[in-house]
Amino acid sequence: MSLNKTLVSMDYLLKEAPREKHFITGAQAMAEAVKRASVDMAIAYPITPQSEVMHLVGDIFAQGHIKEYYRAEEELGTMSAIAGAARAGVRLFTATSGPGLLRGLEAIVSWPGHRVPCVLGVLTRVVNAPLSIQPDNIEMAYLLHSGVVLLHAENQQDTFDMTLAAFAITEKVDVYIPVAVATEGFFVTHAKGYVDMTSEELAFNEPDPYAAPVPAMDNEVPPARIQRDAPVQKSNFMSYLIHSVWQQEIWDSNKRAMKYIYQYLGGPIEVQNPDADVFVLASGCAAAQAREAHRYAQEEELSVGFIKVRAIRPFPKEEIRAALKNAKKVIIPEHNIIGWLATEVKAAIPNSGIVVDGPRVYGGMTLPVELIMEQVYMALGMKSETLQA
Amino acid sequence: MSKKITVGPVGYMPQSAPSMGVELSPEGKALLYGNIVEEEEAMRDAAKALLTMANPTIFPGPQVLWDWKDDVAEKSAAILDLAAEIPNCKIIPMPDYRPKYPKIDAEAEINPNHPNLTILHNKIKAAVFIGVHCHYANLSLRMIRAGTDCYTIAMCAFMGHEEAMASIRDVHAEDVLRFRDILVQVRNELGIEWTAKMPPENPSLPKEDWGTLTPADYGEYRSLLMSKKGEHIADVE
Repeated sequence: MSLNKTLVSMDYLLKEAPREKHFITGAQAMAEAVKRASVDMAIAYPITPQSEVMHLVGDIFAQGHIKEYYRAEEELGTMSAIAGAARAGVRLFTATSGPGLLRGLEAIVSWPGHRVPCVLGVLTRVVNAPLSIQPDNIEMAYLLHSGVVLLHAENQQDTFDMTLAAFAITEKVDVYIPVAVATEGFFVTHAKGYVDMTSEELAFNEPDPYAAPVPAMDNEVPPARIQRDAPVQKSNFMSYLIHSVWQQEIWDSNKRAMKYIYQYLGGPIEVQNPDADVFVLASGCAAAQAREAHRYAQEEELSVGFIKVRAIRPFPKEEIRAALKNAKKVIIPEHNIIGWLATEVKAAIPNSGIVVDGPRVYGGMTLPVELIMEQVYMALGMKSETLQA
Repeated sequence: MSKKITVGPVGYMPQSAPSMGVELSPEGKALLYGNIVEEEEAMRDAAKALLTMANPTIFPGPQVLWDWKDDVAEKSAAILDLAAEIPNCKIIPMPDYRPKYPKIDAEAEINPNHPNLTILHNKIKAAVFIGVHCHYANLSLRMIRAGTDCYTIAMCAFMGHEEAMASIRDVHAEDVLRFRDILVQVRNELGIEWTAKMPPENPSLPKEDWGTLTPADYGEYRSLLMSKKGEHIADVE
């Protein structure tokens, strides 16, 4: 670091370091986390529109908080450059959204297999035609089977904390796969909220490239003998079995990330009113609306609980199964048309018939609390006089 | 103790140990057959396997073969001390991770892309992995469990390995020597007589004169491959 910062552990940074309240956008919150993460290199194709994140990270680079910033020519180039830079054992950050994410997806899905530790910001946008720049998190569905660890931030505070934690999780020797932090474009990235932030004089300890499950390119003589991407280079001299156990290893690594999600973020889910009959379960900024619906329900003295899902991969099957053990209905509001979160929950619990598919909004539409309450009243068997979902 | 992870062969398509519910041991503990136990218990079981099973072998990896960190030489010396105390022990290195073509010399080395070939060729029934990067150690250990009846021991500098029958974590030179001492103790308890003796030289590796080596020795692939001295690579993929 060119700036004289005090380097500290992630535990200290997230749990003990003094914080000050700021009123900033989600994009600023992500960039402020990057500022405190001792990032070696940021790489991006900062197309407009996506979000301000990589523009702000560019400012941070200019201020000396990041050693290197490389502007790639498009997203596939960006994500490929991340894979290349990881070979040198450096700490990396990039962010993208919507169509940009999908353009880079071929490289992104190769990151876990190549054991690339990096943090990817996903500021969600519509990806399907008709063209739109509005928020819609359908793009997260494309990451579910990529092998990356996937966190979903509810608000600006989550965006700050999860992005910081992601830098620690991705470099754990027993994880060492990318961690993506997703949040909704506009609703979070462009809106301001209160964020308790640590001092920018404090930064996360610098990475130790030797503490890795794979060798970096340049820390051995001769380096080329132990390149990590053997399957790419000599695939026809390899057995099918190593391909299969290699894939297993990626998902095992993904699973091992769960203990660090507990360590740094307090766990993969948050549960309010655990004894309720009906639950509203959501992730990302849908969780903010679900939280508000829960508050409405509390005021009306309804038996309604709230579950926020922080980790989408690894998916907290056991935790959700336990939380919904006695639930009669679970309502899952989402910001996408396909309902990927509802599908995940149905697959995780033994009684998937209790899942209410929706309400869902997409194409940039907002998610009124009343839409969720409509489902709450229906789930409780109360007569509804408002909109049908 | 119920054994979650057992000596193989477990079959054509192995289930990974983590997917079977095995979790890495916390600091100060070890894994034995997938269960969290005291380090000494795991070390004693591993020692017994090395002392009683056929063709015990140590597989050192790049992290203890190349002198790239301050503590490597001390740890490597400790590994030799350990090997000397295991009757009829061999040392077969895993010097790198690239697939071997056209065919691996199974007496000279082991490779993560097909580790079973070295195990089966040498009829190895107990083996120690040490200094192999965790990703490749996990792949190798799982493939060995899938296709061989070898008891595997992981001595890991980091968090250990779910796939091994015995997994010791945070291993440094002093831990290798502690394992050596436990092994000698178990050996005496079993009444096995043995005078410490270094393993035989690797029979397949020619003497190399590293002092005269130049990049030209590697030909047009010098940036990618480091061939054996005198080896000429004429055919490439």
